[in-house]
Amino acid sequence: MKDLRSAAPPTLREDDHVRGDPGGELVVFYADFTCPRCAVAHDRLTAAGAHVAFRHMALRAKDERALPTACAAEAAAAQGAFWAFADALYADQGHLDDPHLWARARALGLDIDGFDRDRRSPPVAARVQRDTRAALAAGATTTPMLFAGGAVHPGVPDGDYLARLGYDDPVRIPKTS
Amino acid sequence: MSIIAPGEGAPEFTLKTDQGEPFTREDLAGGTTVLVFYPAAFSSVCTDQFQIYQEVLEDFTGQGATLYGVSCDQSDSQTAFAQSLGVTIGMLSDFEPKGRASRAFGAYFEPTGVSTRALVITGPDQVVTWSWIGEHPGVLPGANLIFDGLSAGAA
Repeated sequence: MKDLRSAAPPTLREDDHVRGDPGGELVVFYADFTCPRCAVAHDRLTAAGAHVAFRHMALRAKDERALPTACAAEAAAAQGAFWAFADALYADQGHLDDPHLWARARALGLDIDGFDRDRRSPPVAARVQRDTRAALAAGATTTPMLFAGGAVHPGVPDGDYLARLGYDDPVRIPKTS
Repeated sequence: MSIIAPGEGAPEFTLKTDQGEPFTREDLAGGTTVLVFYPAAFSSVCTDQFQIYQEVLEDFTGQGATLYGVSCDQSDSQTAFAQSLGVTIGMLSDFEPKGRASRAFGAYFEPTGVSTRALVITGPDQVVTWSWIGEHPGVLPGANLIFDGLSAGAA
Protein backbone atom coordinates (compact mmCIF):
# COMPACT_ATOMS: atom_id res chain seq x y z
CA MET A 1 0.00 0.00 0.00
CA LYS A 2 1.60 3.21 -1.17
CA ASP A 3 -1.16 5.65 -0.37
CA LEU A 4 -1.51 6.29 3.35
CA ARG A 5 -4.29 8.86 3.11
CA SER A 6 -7.50 8.05 4.97
CA ALA A 7 -9.07 4.82 3.78
CA ALA A 8 -12.48 3.25 4.37
CA PRO A 9 -12.81 0.77 7.25
CA PRO A 10 -11.33 -2.59 6.26
CA THR A 11 -13.45 -5.45 4.98
CA LEU A 12 -12.71 -9.15 4.71
CA ARG A 13 -9.94 -10.20 2.34
CA GLU A 14 -9.47 -13.61 0.81
CA ASP A 15 -6.16 -14.21 2.55
CA ASP A 16 -7.21 -13.03 6.02
CA HIS A 17 -6.74 -15.35 8.98
CA VAL A 18 -10.32 -15.95 10.06
CA ARG A 19 -12.00 -17.97 12.78
CA GLY A 20 -15.08 -17.91 14.97
CA ASP A 21 -18.77 -17.95 14.18
CA PRO A 22 -19.07 -17.23 10.44
CA GLY A 23 -22.62 -16.05 11.04
CA GLY A 24 -21.50 -13.45 13.56
CA GLU A 25 -20.49 -9.84 13.01
CA LEU A 26 -16.98 -9.78 11.55
CA VAL A 27 -14.33 -8.08 13.69
CA VAL A 28 -11.17 -7.06 11.85
CA PHE A 29 -8.69 -7.28 14.71
CA TYR A 30 -5.43 -5.37 14.26
CA ALA A 31 -2.97 -6.48 16.89
CA ASP A 32 0.62 -7.07 17.90
CA PHE A 33 1.87 -10.23 19.63
CA THR A 34 4.03 -8.27 22.09
CA CYS A 35 1.19 -6.04 23.30
CA PRO A 36 -0.45 -7.11 26.60
CA ARG A 37 -3.72 -5.33 25.76
CA CYS A 38 -3.83 -7.29 22.50
CA ALA A 39 -3.48 -10.52 24.47
CA VAL A 40 -6.47 -9.59 26.60
CA ALA A 41 -8.46 -8.60 23.53
CA HIS A 42 -7.49 -11.85 21.81
CA ASP A 43 -8.64 -13.88 24.80
CA ARG A 44 -11.97 -12.08 25.05
CA LEU A 45 -12.73 -12.35 21.34
CA THR A 46 -11.74 -16.01 21.34
CA ALA A 47 -13.80 -16.84 24.41
CA ALA A 48 -16.79 -15.06 22.88
CA GLY A 49 -16.43 -17.13 19.72
CA ALA A 50 -16.39 -13.91 17.73
CA HIS A 51 -15.96 -13.97 13.96
CA VAL A 52 -12.46 -12.52 13.80
CA ALA A 53 -10.07 -11.64 11.01
CA PHE A 54 -6.61 -11.15 12.51
CA ARG A 55 -4.29 -8.59 10.97
CA HIS A 56 -0.88 -7.41 12.05
CA MET A 57 -0.22 -3.98 13.44
CA ALA A 58 3.45 -4.49 14.16
CA LEU A 59 5.13 -1.17 14.92
CA ARG A 60 8.91 -1.22 15.02
CA ALA A 61 9.02 1.47 17.70
CA LYS A 62 6.58 -0.47 19.88
CA ASP A 63 8.72 -3.47 20.67
CA GLU A 64 11.74 -5.01 18.98
CA ARG A 65 9.93 -8.37 18.88
CA ALA A 66 6.76 -6.98 17.27
CA LEU A 67 7.94 -7.62 13.72
CA PRO A 68 9.73 -10.96 14.35
CA THR A 69 6.70 -12.45 16.11
CA ALA A 70 4.33 -11.25 13.40
CA CYS A 71 6.56 -12.80 10.73
CA ALA A 72 6.79 -16.03 12.74
CA ALA A 73 3.00 -16.26 12.87
CA GLU A 74 2.88 -15.85 9.09
CA ALA A 75 5.49 -18.59 8.73
CA ALA A 76 3.30 -20.83 10.88
CA ALA A 77 0.34 -19.86 8.68
CA ALA A 78 2.24 -21.18 5.66
CA GLN A 79 2.03 -24.58 7.39
CA GLY A 80 -1.62 -24.17 8.32
CA ALA A 81 -0.97 -23.26 11.93
CA PHE A 82 -1.63 -19.53 12.18
CA TRP A 83 -4.19 -19.63 14.97
CA ALA A 84 -2.45 -22.32 16.99
CA PHE A 85 0.74 -20.30 16.82
CA ALA A 86 -1.04 -17.03 17.62
CA ASP A 87 -2.71 -18.63 20.63
CA ALA A 88 0.66 -19.93 21.79
CA LEU A 89 2.27 -16.49 21.47
CA TYR A 90 -0.48 -14.76 23.43
CA ALA A 91 -0.44 -17.47 26.07
CA ASP A 92 3.09 -16.52 27.12
CA GLN A 93 4.29 -13.06 26.08
CA GLY A 94 7.23 -13.32 28.41
CA HIS A 95 8.94 -15.71 26.00
CA LEU A 96 9.09 -14.28 22.49
CA ASP A 97 12.77 -14.69 21.54
CA ASP A 98 13.84 -16.92 18.65
CA PRO A 99 14.43 -20.09 20.76
CA HIS A 100 10.94 -19.66 22.19
CA LEU A 101 9.48 -19.36 18.69
CA TRP A 102 11.29 -22.56 17.62
CA ALA A 103 9.98 -24.34 20.71
CA ARG A 104 6.41 -23.37 19.83
CA ALA A 105 6.91 -24.43 16.21
CA ARG A 106 8.27 -27.81 17.36
CA ALA A 107 5.40 -28.30 19.79
CA LEU A 108 2.96 -27.73 16.93
CA GLY A 109 4.81 -30.23 14.75
CA LEU A 110 5.91 -27.66 12.18
CA ASP A 111 8.83 -28.16 9.85
CA ILE A 112 11.45 -26.00 11.54
CA ASP A 113 13.61 -25.39 8.48
CA GLY A 114 10.60 -24.23 6.50
CA PHE A 115 9.38 -22.15 9.40
CA ASP A 116 12.74 -20.43 9.74
CA ARG A 117 13.06 -19.84 6.02
CA ASP A 118 9.56 -18.43 5.72
CA ARG A 119 9.68 -16.12 8.71
CA ARG A 120 12.67 -14.34 7.18
CA SER A 121 11.30 -14.26 3.65
CA PRO A 122 10.42 -11.06 1.78
CA PRO A 123 6.81 -12.16 1.04
CA VAL A 124 6.14 -12.66 4.74
CA ALA A 125 7.68 -9.29 5.60
CA ALA A 126 5.57 -7.70 2.86
CA ARG A 127 2.40 -9.31 4.21
CA VAL A 128 3.02 -7.97 7.71
CA GLN A 129 3.88 -4.53 6.39
CA ARG A 130 0.77 -4.52 4.18
CA ASP A 131 -1.41 -5.19 7.20
CA THR A 132 0.25 -2.52 9.32
CA ARG A 133 0.04 0.15 6.66
CA ALA A 134 -3.59 -0.69 5.95
CA ALA A 135 -4.29 -0.24 9.66
CA LEU A 136 -2.66 3.18 9.67
CA ALA A 137 -4.51 4.28 6.54
CA ALA A 138 -7.77 3.23 8.21
CA GLY A 139 -6.91 5.52 11.11
CA ALA A 140 -5.51 3.06 13.64
CA THR A 141 -3.87 4.89 16.51
CA THR A 142 -3.07 2.20 19.05
CA THR A 143 -3.03 -1.54 19.58
CA PRO A 144 -5.33 -3.33 19.57
CA MET A 145 -7.65 -1.66 17.08
CA LEU A 146 -10.94 -3.32 16.17
CA PHE A 147 -13.10 -2.58 13.16
CA ALA A 148 -16.64 -3.98 13.07
CA GLY A 149 -19.91 -2.86 11.58
CA GLY A 150 -18.27 0.18 10.01
CA ALA A 151 -17.12 1.47 13.42
CA VAL A 152 -13.70 1.55 15.00
CA HIS A 153 -12.87 0.57 18.56
CA PRO A 154 -9.44 1.31 20.03
CA GLY A 155 -8.26 -0.86 22.88
CA VAL A 156 -9.58 -3.96 24.63
CA PRO A 157 -13.22 -4.78 23.85
CA ASP A 158 -15.45 -4.76 26.90
CA GLY A 159 -18.70 -6.60 27.51
CA ASP A 160 -20.84 -3.76 26.17
CA TYR A 161 -18.88 -3.70 22.93
CA LEU A 162 -19.20 -7.47 22.49
CA ALA A 163 -22.91 -7.28 23.28
CA ARG A 164 -23.44 -4.60 20.63
CA LEU A 165 -21.91 -6.99 18.12
CA GLY A 166 -24.24 -9.74 19.31
CA TYR A 167 -21.68 -11.73 21.28
CA ASP A 168 -21.90 -12.96 24.85
CA ASP A 169 -19.18 -11.73 27.17
CA PRO A 170 -17.86 -14.98 28.65
CA VAL A 171 -15.49 -13.32 31.10
CA ARG A 172 -17.99 -10.81 32.43
CA ILE A 173 -16.57 -9.05 35.44
CA PRO A 174 -19.13 -8.99 38.26
CA LYS A 175 -20.25 -5.59 39.42
CA THR A 176 -18.83 -4.68 42.78
CA SER A 177 -21.73 -2.51 43.90
CA MET B 1 -7.75 29.52 21.64
CA SER B 2 -8.10 28.34 18.05
CA ILE B 3 -5.44 26.66 15.98
CA ILE B 4 -3.73 28.70 13.30
CA ALA B 5 -5.64 28.42 10.02
CA PRO B 6 -4.49 27.53 6.51
CA GLY B 7 -3.43 30.60 4.60
CA GLU B 8 -2.01 32.36 7.63
CA GLY B 9 1.69 32.99 7.82
CA ALA B 10 3.55 31.19 10.56
CA PRO B 11 4.01 33.47 13.57
CA GLU B 12 7.35 34.55 14.94
CA PHE B 13 8.43 31.94 17.46
CA THR B 14 11.46 30.38 19.06
CA LEU B 15 11.73 26.75 20.07
CA LYS B 16 14.83 24.89 21.19
CA THR B 17 16.34 21.88 19.44
CA ASP B 18 17.82 18.90 21.28
CA GLN B 19 21.20 20.52 20.65
CA GLY B 20 20.13 23.66 22.47
CA GLU B 21 19.94 25.66 19.26
CA PRO B 22 17.05 27.98 18.48
CA PHE B 23 14.48 26.82 15.92
CA THR B 24 12.51 29.74 14.54
CA ARG B 25 10.16 30.80 11.77
CA GLU B 26 13.22 31.06 9.51
CA ASP B 27 13.79 27.35 9.82
CA LEU B 28 10.43 26.70 8.14
CA ALA B 29 11.57 28.35 4.92
CA GLY B 30 12.28 26.26 1.88
CA GLY B 31 10.57 23.05 2.88
CA THR B 32 7.40 21.38 4.06
CA THR B 33 7.28 21.13 7.84
CA VAL B 34 4.86 19.22 10.05
CA LEU B 35 4.76 20.50 13.63
CA VAL B 36 3.34 17.80 15.89
CA PHE B 37 2.24 19.50 19.11
CA TYR B 38 1.85 16.97 21.94
CA PRO B 39 1.13 17.28 25.66
CA ALA B 40 3.77 15.26 27.45
CA ALA B 41 6.77 13.04 26.84
CA PHE B 42 6.32 9.48 28.12
CA SER B 43 2.52 9.73 28.44
CA SER B 44 0.64 6.80 26.94
CA VAL B 45 -1.18 8.57 24.11
CA CYS B 46 1.93 10.51 23.06
CA THR B 47 3.84 7.23 23.04
CA ASP B 48 1.27 5.66 20.72
CA GLN B 49 1.39 8.75 18.53
CA PHE B 50 5.13 8.78 17.93
CA GLN B 51 5.32 5.00 17.49
CA ILE B 52 2.79 5.32 14.68
CA TYR B 53 4.42 8.28 12.99
CA GLN B 54 7.86 6.67 13.22
CA GLU B 55 6.54 3.59 11.40
CA VAL B 56 5.84 5.65 8.28
CA LEU B 57 8.53 8.30 8.67
CA GLU B 58 10.09 7.34 5.34
CA ASP B 59 6.76 8.02 3.66
CA PHE B 60 6.65 11.51 5.15
CA THR B 61 10.22 12.10 4.02
CA GLY B 62 9.33 10.76 0.59
CA GLN B 63 6.70 13.46 0.32
CA GLY B 64 9.27 16.08 1.19
CA ALA B 65 7.92 16.65 4.68
CA THR B 66 9.96 16.99 7.87
CA LEU B 67 8.24 16.19 11.16
CA TYR B 68 9.05 17.76 14.53
CA GLY B 69 7.50 16.98 17.88
CA VAL B 70 6.73 20.10 19.93
CA SER B 71 5.92 20.07 23.65
CA CYS B 72 6.54 22.06 26.80
CA ASP B 73 8.88 19.36 28.08
CA GLN B 74 12.49 20.22 28.69
CA SER B 75 14.81 19.06 25.87
CA ASP B 76 16.44 16.30 27.90
CA SER B 77 13.02 14.79 28.62
CA GLN B 78 12.09 14.94 24.96
CA THR B 79 15.36 13.30 23.95
CA ALA B 80 14.96 10.55 26.53
CA PHE B 81 11.39 9.99 25.35
CA ALA B 82 12.42 9.67 21.71
CA GLN B 83 15.40 7.45 22.50
CA SER B 84 13.33 5.15 24.69
CA LEU B 85 11.11 4.45 21.70
CA GLY B 86 13.79 4.45 19.03
CA VAL B 87 12.02 7.42 17.49
CA THR B 88 14.14 9.61 15.23
CA ILE B 89 11.61 12.40 14.70
CA GLY B 90 13.23 15.67 15.80
CA MET B 91 12.01 17.22 19.03
CA LEU B 92 11.57 20.93 19.76
CA SER B 93 11.14 22.25 23.28
CA ASP B 94 8.70 24.99 24.26
CA PHE B 95 9.86 24.85 27.87
CA GLU B 96 11.08 28.38 28.49
CA PRO B 97 9.28 30.73 28.20
CA LYS B 98 6.81 27.97 28.76
CA GLY B 99 4.34 27.41 25.93
CA ARG B 100 4.99 30.69 24.15
CA ALA B 101 5.41 29.12 20.71
CA SER B 102 2.47 26.75 21.27
CA ARG B 103 0.30 29.74 22.16
CA ALA B 104 1.46 31.58 19.03
CA PHE B 105 0.17 28.68 16.90
CA GLY B 106 -3.03 28.31 18.95
CA ALA B 107 -1.88 24.95 20.24
CA TYR B 108 -1.76 25.49 24.00
CA PHE B 109 -4.13 23.82 26.45
CA GLU B 110 -4.62 26.26 29.30
CA PRO B 111 -6.46 23.95 31.76
CA THR B 112 -3.42 21.75 32.28
CA GLY B 113 -0.65 23.98 30.97
CA VAL B 114 0.60 21.82 28.13
CA SER B 115 0.85 21.95 24.37
CA THR B 116 -2.39 20.48 23.17
CA ARG B 117 -2.61 17.71 20.58
CA ALA B 118 -2.43 19.59 17.29
CA LEU B 119 -0.81 19.42 13.87
CA VAL B 120 0.36 22.30 11.70
CA ILE B 121 1.81 21.94 8.21
CA THR B 122 3.72 24.83 6.69
CA GLY B 123 4.94 25.22 3.14
CA PRO B 124 8.27 26.47 1.83
CA ASP B 125 6.91 30.05 2.03
CA GLN B 126 6.29 29.66 5.79
CA VAL B 127 2.54 29.82 5.25
CA VAL B 128 0.27 27.31 6.96
CA THR B 129 -1.21 24.90 4.43
CA TRP B 130 -3.19 22.68 6.85
CA SER B 131 -3.88 22.41 10.55
CA TRP B 132 -5.72 20.12 12.95
CA ILE B 133 -6.60 20.29 16.62
CA GLY B 134 -8.26 17.64 18.78
CA GLU B 135 -11.38 18.21 20.84
CA HIS B 136 -9.12 17.59 23.82
CA PRO B 137 -5.49 16.51 24.22
CA GLY B 138 -6.48 12.85 24.51
CA VAL B 139 -7.66 12.67 20.90
CA LEU B 140 -4.91 11.12 18.80
CA PRO B 141 -4.72 11.97 15.09
CA GLY B 142 -3.73 8.99 12.98
CA ALA B 143 -0.88 9.19 10.50
CA ASN B 144 -3.53 9.10 7.78
CA LEU B 145 -4.67 12.59 8.76
CA ILE B 146 -1.20 14.00 8.16
CA PHE B 147 -1.08 12.38 4.74
CA ASP B 148 -4.53 13.87 4.05
CA GLY B 149 -3.15 17.24 5.15
CA LEU B 150 -0.06 16.99 2.97
CA SER B 151 -2.26 16.07 0.04
CA ALA B 152 -4.66 18.97 0.71
CA GLY B 153 -1.77 21.39 1.00
CA ALA B 154 -0.31 20.23 -2.30
CA ALA B 155 -3.63 20.59 -4.13
